[in-house]
Amino acid sequence: MKTKKTTNIRITGLGGMGILKGSQILAEVLFQAGYDVKKAEVHGMSQRGGSVASDIRFGEKILSPMIPASETDFLLVVAPEEIEIHRGALRPGGILINAQSFDTVPLPNRKSLNIAMLGVLSRHLDIPVEAWQKVIRTVFPEKLQAVNLEAFETGRRLPQ
Amino acid sequence: MTTQLLLSGNEAIALGALHAGCARGTGYPGTPSTEILEHYDRLGGAAEWAPNEKVAAEVALGVAFAGARAMVTMKHVGLNVAADVLFTCAYSGIQGALVFVVADDPGLASSQDEQDTRRYGLAAGVPVIEPSDSQESYDFTRLAFTLSARWKIPVILRMTTRVSHTTAIVQPSDKIEAPISPHFVRDIPGRVMIPGHARIKHRELRAKLRDIQDWCETEGPNQLLPGTPAMGIVSCGVASQHAREACPEASLLKLGMTYPLPFKLILGFLENKSQRFVVEENDPFLVEQIRAAGGDVPWNPEQYRMGELNVERVRRILKGDSTPEPVPARGRPPRLCNACPHGYVFDMLKKHDCIVAGDIGCYTLAALPPLSAMDSQICMGASIGVGLGLRHVLPEAEARRVVSVIGDSTFMHSGLTGVAEMVFNPPPTGHVLIVLDNLTTAMTGQQEHPATGRKLDHTPTTRILIEDVVKAMGVKTVLVLDPVRQLAELESAVMKALQSNDLTVIVARQPCLLAAGRIRSYEKSSPTNP
Repeated sequence: MKTKKTTNIRITGLGGMGILKGSQILAEVLFQAGYDVKKAEVHGMSQRGGSVASDIRFGEKILSPMIPASETDFLLVVAPEEIEIHRGALRPGGILINAQSFDTVPLPNRKSLNIAMLGVLSRHLDIPVEAWQKVIRTVFPEKLQAVNLEAFETGRRLPQ
Repeated sequence: MTTQLLLSGNEAIALGALHAGCARGTGYPGTPSTEILEHYDRLGGAAEWAPNEKVAAEVALGVAFAGARAMVTMKHVGLNVAADVLFTCAYSGIQGALVFVVADDPGLASSQDEQDTRRYGLAAGVPVIEPSDSQESYDFTRLAFTLSARWKIPVILRMTTRVSHTTAIVQPSDKIEAPISPHFVRDIPGRVMIPGHARIKHRELRAKLRDIQDWCETEGPNQLLPGTPAMGIVSCGVASQHAREACPEASLLKLGMTYPLPFKLILGFLENKSQRFVVEENDPFLVEQIRAAGGDVPWNPEQYRMGELNVERVRRILKGDSTPEPVPARGRPPRLCNACPHGYVFDMLKKHDCIVAGDIGCYTLAALPPLSAMDSQICMGASIGVGLGLRHVLPEAEARRVVSVIGDSTFMHSGLTGVAEMVFNPPPTGHVLIVLDNLTTAMTGQQEHPATGRKLDHTPTTRILIEDVVKAMGVKTVLVLDPVRQLAELESAVMKALQSNDLTVIVARQPCLLAAGRIRSYEKSSPTNP
């Protein structure tokens, strides 16, 4: 039974960290799971090292594409220095998923940190792991699939 | 039933244009509009980058004069460049269809101003349609082509950053229109806008707009979302999505066409509402018109004129809360990439305390600390004219420090007439122009332009060499140097030029770091001329 209420997820980091790729995968997974979904981000400057944030909202019917203040259910911070800018966006009881959780966890490639963090998030969402794997396989070229699937699995198994 | 797709607003426009039988898409890259033509090309549409928005609009107009359907895309400031076309093709009208897709940037995510394109619709007498999400971006693109073809009038599809760059679900239509076979039908009084013809065409335009307004009253893309009869909100674009979320209990009149406005519909909706609101982003465009038509709606533009709206800001508007707004936390600003070739040039100009008339592109980031090495940036191509103006009147010692700096794509867009001015009216101390040629339109995501020798789809075409053009225009001293490997030579050339009274153009050529690999692979697969 799918949740009718709107769930709000923000992924944030710096240009070059795969924030937009991560949010693309998440939106696609939610879309394929049958939810209404909106993903909002501001492009243009992301390649030049600036802050990047992407809002993903899903549920039965999504109106505004931007998460209202303090209504973020899950905040994924891929660049730890970005935490303070977005901490206030979390709702009370919202879940922070921080890149620092992976400081001592071996990843097949640090570039897959964005995907590893989606792995952590996936434990909180009612979506079968196969659906995530399917989308990861579609968005990455063949030579990058194994490394990203492994990063996803590492995140999914990370002790909470 | 076709399958649903997950598309950005820009991608939805591209698909809508393709399904509307658009024969050619033209434009100049500009955030947040750039992806429209790139996606249109990927879908198999005929797409091109023109040197600038004016030329792009002229090409699209020619397509429409031939009886086919055309789309021209640009960012809001691009319409300033193409405005000359817009105003007069509103008079001439078109044969096929012509849609101006113009993307505004409230909140200035990547722009030099927050101008509101809807004002151009009103000023030129061109209908304006505003989608609020990806589905409407698809549907309203199709509608824009239909209206343009029906009334033989150009139509503006007004986007905003948030609608262009939000990804959402789109249900495409089953009905796909085949492109119309173009055929030239002579119509001299209809297309040669000399005064005798234009006087008649102006009357025709106003008659078309009255017709379109009548259509909009009853059949326009407007939606009445029911709610409490006491409270009425008139809104459009993404602001209407925020408004519905901020106050789901209110009655909402969501306008899909914002020029010409359906005043009977609006005033009828507002009648008997004890609380009346207009929620719109950017300028008080709806508010001014509704008030002029006798609608009693609040005048509070300071609450929304600057920055993007969101659910909280709309709640404040509905509460009449005009206390100072919380300042949103700002993230790290963008900056020049490490080892960007542009950085070498600006370090050198800063070392010599040059007065730098700058331009629009990645290199504008050189104005920010710690470099702080650019003294002006106004609009595409302004570096040359502004630099010349400074040179004309500053005391000689200061005039000799003035350098104009422009990028390669910006040079092809609006630099050529600046060079004509430089040669035509040279200042007594001469002038120095540096063209930062990184062989791509880097800022907007590495698009091609006439000096790269490749078209939008990266296939080869004749390459215009900037150094040849400026020589042909009469500049005597023209140098091409690598700003990384020949920095010392570049520095001495600039110093020498600043001391002389001549005109000097230095092309500082080194590929953009982010684009270099791709450029190499394009050149390997098909070498460009010359």
